Amino acid sequence: MKFIDDYRDPKLGQRLIDRIQHLSTTPVRFMEFCGGHTVAIFRHGIRQLLPRTIEMLSGPGCPVCVTANQDLDKAIALARQPGVIIASFGDMLRVPGSHSSLQQAKAEGGDVRVVYSTQDALAIARENPDKALVFIGIGFETTAPTIAASIIQAEAEGINNYYVLSFHKLCPPVMKAILDLGEVSLSGIICPGHVSAIIGSHPYDFIPQDYGIACAVAGFEPLDILLSIDMLINQIETEQYRVEIAYRRGVRPEGNHQALKLMDSVFETGDANWRGIGIVPASGLKLSQKYQRFDAESNFAIDPGPAREPAGCICGSILRGISTPADCRLFKNSCTPEDPVGPCMVSSEGACATYYHYGDTGGG
Amino acid sequence: MADRVLLAHGSGGKLSHDLVAKSLVAVLGNTILDRLDDSAVLEASGRLAFTTDSYTVSPIFFPGGDIGKLSVCGTVNDLAMSGAAPLYLSLSLIIEEGLPLAELETIVASIHQAASEAGVQIVTGDTKVVNQGSADKLFINTSGIGIIPEGLDIAGANARPGDKVIISGTIGDHGIAIMSQREGIEFKVPIVSDCAPLNKLVAEIVSPNVHCLRDPTRGGLAATLNELAGQSRVGIRIDEVSLPVEEAVRAACELLGFDPLYIANEGKLVAMVAPDEAEGILTKMRQNKYGTGAAAIGEVVSDHPGRVIMKTRLGSSRIVDMPVGELLPRIC
Ligand code: SF4
Repeated sequence: MKFIDDYRDPKLGQRLIDRIQHLSTTPVRFMEFCGGHTVAIFRHGIRQLLPRTIEMLSGPGCPVCVTANQDLDKAIALARQPGVIIASFGDMLRVPGSHSSLQQAKAEGGDVRVVYSTQDALAIARENPDKALVFIGIGFETTAPTIAASIIQAEAEGINNYYVLSFHKLCPPVMKAILDLGEVSLSGIICPGHVSAIIGSHPYDFIPQDYGIACAVAGFEPLDILLSIDMLINQIETEQYRVEIAYRRGVRPEGNHQALKLMDSVFETGDANWRGIGIVPASGLKLSQKYQRFDAESNFAIDPGPAREPAGCICGSILRGISTPADCRLFKNSCTPEDPVGPCMVSSEGACATYYHYGDTGGG
Repeated sequence: MADRVLLAHGSGGKLSHDLVAKSLVAVLGNTILDRLDDSAVLEASGRLAFTTDSYTVSPIFFPGGDIGKLSVCGTVNDLAMSGAAPLYLSLSLIIEEGLPLAELETIVASIHQAASEAGVQIVTGDTKVVNQGSADKLFINTSGIGIIPEGLDIAGANARPGDKVIISGTIGDHGIAIMSQREGIEFKVPIVSDCAPLNKLVAEIVSPNVHCLRDPTRGGLAATLNELAGQSRVGIRIDEVSLPVEEAVRAACELLGFDPLYIANEGKLVAMVAPDEAEGILTKMRQNKYGTGAAAIGEVVSDHPGRVIMKTRLGSSRIVDMPVGELLPRIC
């Protein structure tokens, strides 16, 4: 475990900062795709240390935040059906949907349980054979393999009351969607760490090749992030764009073969609805034909009605990288972590919550 | 006797009597408790400190302790943080029917052990058994009484600019021990809760030069420092490099996306002390087994009252905010 401290070594950090300062000559704009990176950048005060030439933007990499209200409303509607137990990761409960939230449905008598893992969800399904357990499957390529494993396990054990409402999303397609929207001009992208541990670095190859944008995969320690910025600057200054890995201890270019196989065996790609971005083709994971009987959407009649966004909330534009939380007039006024208006203030990986907590100093 | 706690164990009849006599009084007994009167009659004089807390933890057994030890140490530590020498505790158990008696006995034994170590007596108590599902295995409430020695004035509002901020050892151990147990995550080096009674450590350092003491339990060091900054209307500056964190805890935090500053501790204290005395107090703390890892981590300032600012390892600075809501592992 010794390596962790090396990745926090202040002297190495200083050397990297000096090098970035020295190398960076032209103004650049980088997006850190992942909400976990936004948190780490603020937590370690990294923005303050960067030269003025480097602008950092937060991207859409927060699983709770990108879940569209249409989808969240489905989960809430299911929570109101008798005989259904909803199992969800905790952050989801507090996200306001179009008319209500999972937390609200729970207070009104819905059986909604917070779980920490799919194992907890399977245990609840086993203990309640006369009820249907619906797991709200959110997250990117990071969580999808464990959900896939839970479905295979449920099948093997003959657990017939376990269902997954799959809102899983894929990172590379949405990166492409954001680049194609062309609303924000980027010079480089810090690619997600844990997602890349699963999918590897090759799925991002199209970014430097087709768009001429620098890419580096980063971990979540301060030096991982500084190293990725150093790589991006280097690529730009030398005009040699590619996908580099600043997180060698976690990511191999080809990814994690076993996890990918697991995902492939249970899921197939389908369209997904991203908050703020809309339907992006082939950017989501749905249960494959073979596992339809575990699919909540095809086994329950769910009609949540038309969705709407919270009035005044600009989470959508923040997720697209065209606004920052400071641009929202509700930020810190009527929208706070205690009383959030939108998902970006609920999730611990949300940009609004991060700006709120680390405020003035963290942002530099 | 059945091998599980039954509803009848709480009915007030023979089974209840047996449970109290065999499983509780036989282990925890002392001259005051043994009388089994409706209230304990105590001798005490001087300034009293009085506190109460309820303990719910899942799982009830965790590496480094259990809910019993926690319920004694938590209340003993709350008394100690006002400088008091803890003397007497009450003990109320709310038991979910079906709890294995062997588990109850293990917990009572660890209550006894923790109370003996702290030098406190359990002098009164109560036992209730509730229907399955009405409690999660076992809830415990303890209240405690202690006496504050003459001349001490320790309170959350007493921090002064210039004071040094001391932590008695590594942070985050308890919370990560519980979480790794709950999530079934195993680490090469097992992470053990720091749950411990701190009254003797406190007794060794208290003097008029100790202005504030607090145990950074739920919400971690971040919550405690924010509370103290608010109550004393001062600013606090800390230095990340000086924060003691076990490597295994740091690795777990990296994995789960947590900040050790926000993770609960059950055997640590934060002290705000007069600057000239800081070295002496640190030396004394390090001689106690619960203070071997004590470190000076920052100071009290008159700038930015109510705020805690940390200098990061990279030399930048950031706000350390009050935690909001429950800590959840990242899913990204
Ligand atoms: S501050 Fe609140 S309302 Fe504004 S964008 Fe963020 S989450 Fe939405």
